[in-house]
Amino acid sequence: MPKTLAEKVYDAHVVRSTEGEPDLLYIDLHLVHEVTSPQAFDGLRAAGRTVRRPDLTMATEDHNVPTLDILKPIADPVSRAQVEALRRNTAEFGIRLAPMGDRDQGIVHVIGPQLGLTQPGMTIVCGDSHTSTHGAFGALAFGIGTSEVEHVLATQTLPQYKPKQMAVTVDGELPPGVSAKDIILAVIAQIGTGGGQGYVIEYRGSAIEKLSMEARMTICNMSIEAGAKAGLIAPDQTTFDFLKGRPHAPQGADWDAAVASWSTLRTDEDAVFDAEVHLDASALTPFVTWGTNPGQGLPIDGRVPDPAEFTDEGDRRAAEQALEYMGLTPGTPLREIEVDTVFLGSCTNGRIEDLRVAAELLRGKRIDASTRMLVVPGSVAVKAQAETEGLDRVFTEAGAEWRGAGCSMCLGMNPDQLKPGERSASTSNRNFQGRQGKGGRTHLVSPAVAAATALTGRLTAPADLIGA
Amino acid sequence: MDAFTTHTGTAAPLRRTNVDTDQIIPAEYLKRITRTGFEDGLFVAWRTNEPDFVLNRPEYANASILVAGPDFGTGSSREHANWALLDGGFRVVISPRFADIFRNNSTKAGLLTVVLPEAEVEALWAAIEADPALPVTVDLQAEQVTYGDTTVPFQIDPYTRWRLLEGLDDVGLTERHLDDIEAFEATRPSWKPTALPAR
Repeated sequence: MPKTLAEKVYDAHVVRSTEGEPDLLYIDLHLVHEVTSPQAFDGLRAAGRTVRRPDLTMATEDHNVPTLDILKPIADPVSRAQVEALRRNTAEFGIRLAPMGDRDQGIVHVIGPQLGLTQPGMTIVCGDSHTSTHGAFGALAFGIGTSEVEHVLATQTLPQYKPKQMAVTVDGELPPGVSAKDIILAVIAQIGTGGGQGYVIEYRGSAIEKLSMEARMTICNMSIEAGAKAGLIAPDQTTFDFLKGRPHAPQGADWDAAVASWSTLRTDEDAVFDAEVHLDASALTPFVTWGTNPGQGLPIDGRVPDPAEFTDEGDRRAAEQALEYMGLTPGTPLREIEVDTVFLGSCTNGRIEDLRVAAELLRGKRIDASTRMLVVPGSVAVKAQAETEGLDRVFTEAGAEWRGAGCSMCLGMNPDQLKPGERSASTSNRNFQGRQGKGGRTHLVSPAVAAATALTGRLTAPADLIGA
Repeated sequence: MDAFTTHTGTAAPLRRTNVDTDQIIPAEYLKRITRTGFEDGLFVAWRTNEPDFVLNRPEYANASILVAGPDFGTGSSREHANWALLDGGFRVVISPRFADIFRNNSTKAGLLTVVLPEAEVEALWAAIEADPALPVTVDLQAEQVTYGDTTVPFQIDPYTRWRLLEGLDDVGLTERHLDDIEAFEATRPSWKPTALPAR
């Protein structure tokens, strides 16, 4: 029977399948961070259980970590206690940890791929909804809650029902200045925050095949913002080239065996998807969000919508509530929205390629005098690479702040937060109310739009800068 | 996990769509390492900033059933959202559509999620707005929601229903299949990575 890529990966991990019960799915890699794991370890202790496969488990500190003074103890006692709990738990249960200051530390979804732990055909889970990022390698990767974290720690498996299959096909050539972030924001605006609910999305088509691994990760990362269980992309030569030589990638004869296996990971010609969505890459422009959920986005050429124009009552009410929270007036051109802060970073856009794109636009220029720009590399290794390339100097000479690695202002669990009423252009993934700090207002953008916006202090497309 | 069979209580109408888990409980409350005591973070921004927010109104202060618009529980995978709802006195959330991870977490934490069509949610909203003291019964055994003269059926997968009715712990159930797990592990290719330090 013909299968989709996701079905192939799923079927290859079924430990047990019985009528009337969920399948038991084997998990190849379990990533752990400090926020969603302490109660799971407590549960293990309370039941007298151990971690079944510590060798398939990897932990890092990312959500709480400050991006300044990272070698000092964390000032916030509650954040510090949570990080210390992870250190105790990983030591007690024999799990590898990349703590603050370690060369392998970083956002959990940046370090997995960087270490070569994320490979095609794997099942990967983490107590974090952006685990879908790893799907860029053709892995079936999804976020779980703390009870499931405990379940995976104890058994290395999860009870699962096979998800439905959706194809998002993006063909055509992306215009200059338009990126993977704009593709995924356009997809979410089209299908809605619940459009992917119950599905695994496979991104395919000529525009996807041309993307780098970093760009593919950006797209798969935000699958959850469309409500999907996971998002993935078939592995190809770009994937293999990215992986080759990484610390945990197979070597020698193992590499050849792995590539032979990975090369079978494609959706069969006559496989059937339960739903299909098509997008023309050549028609895309930079996308920005105007509201308080990631589906409330528009091309930057647009204007703040009038809630009265929404036919669905729920959508209309949601738009009214969003505009009130965002302090926006219907009809305002999106380009006239002024921001206080620009945040470049996160598991969506905190990789080296994202920093390069932004640095190229900022090189030799100064950001707007009333705008603050935070640049937060996704990992210690990304930071080191950027510094080798001199990108840190480009950012600091432009007036931006160059910080240490972590989740930072994506969710403000560390000191990097918006103040009430402050407005950001952010390369992160969620524009929810208060996400970046109580009362903060977030516009989701690509790294290129973030950099262009930092230069002008208003939402700006990179193309707007030409001749400016 | 406590077993869930049937629950009768009053219900609060949350007329909002896309209630993400950052609204249910903001990130600052996630720094705690306990599994209980999250009620102070439940909808804290709306409780603080909106005096007429539904849960600030005395007639809904003791509600144990939350009736929300579509796409409830989107966003972050934080199970703290489910714990906060339970700690805040809720046993059931009704919505036309739930985010997958939230719904999954609910089945583990013992919070019942009930999917009803939008029209049924609208009717229930109207009924509990007209009479906030109206008793609403959610019967998992019979798979139906009853209030006044109205009875609405709902569906839930039989396995999850059984687990909730019995209050069974998933890990214990899976441990019955250790032989299958070991047999599967014996077939994994040797080149699959481990997380042990590589060099």
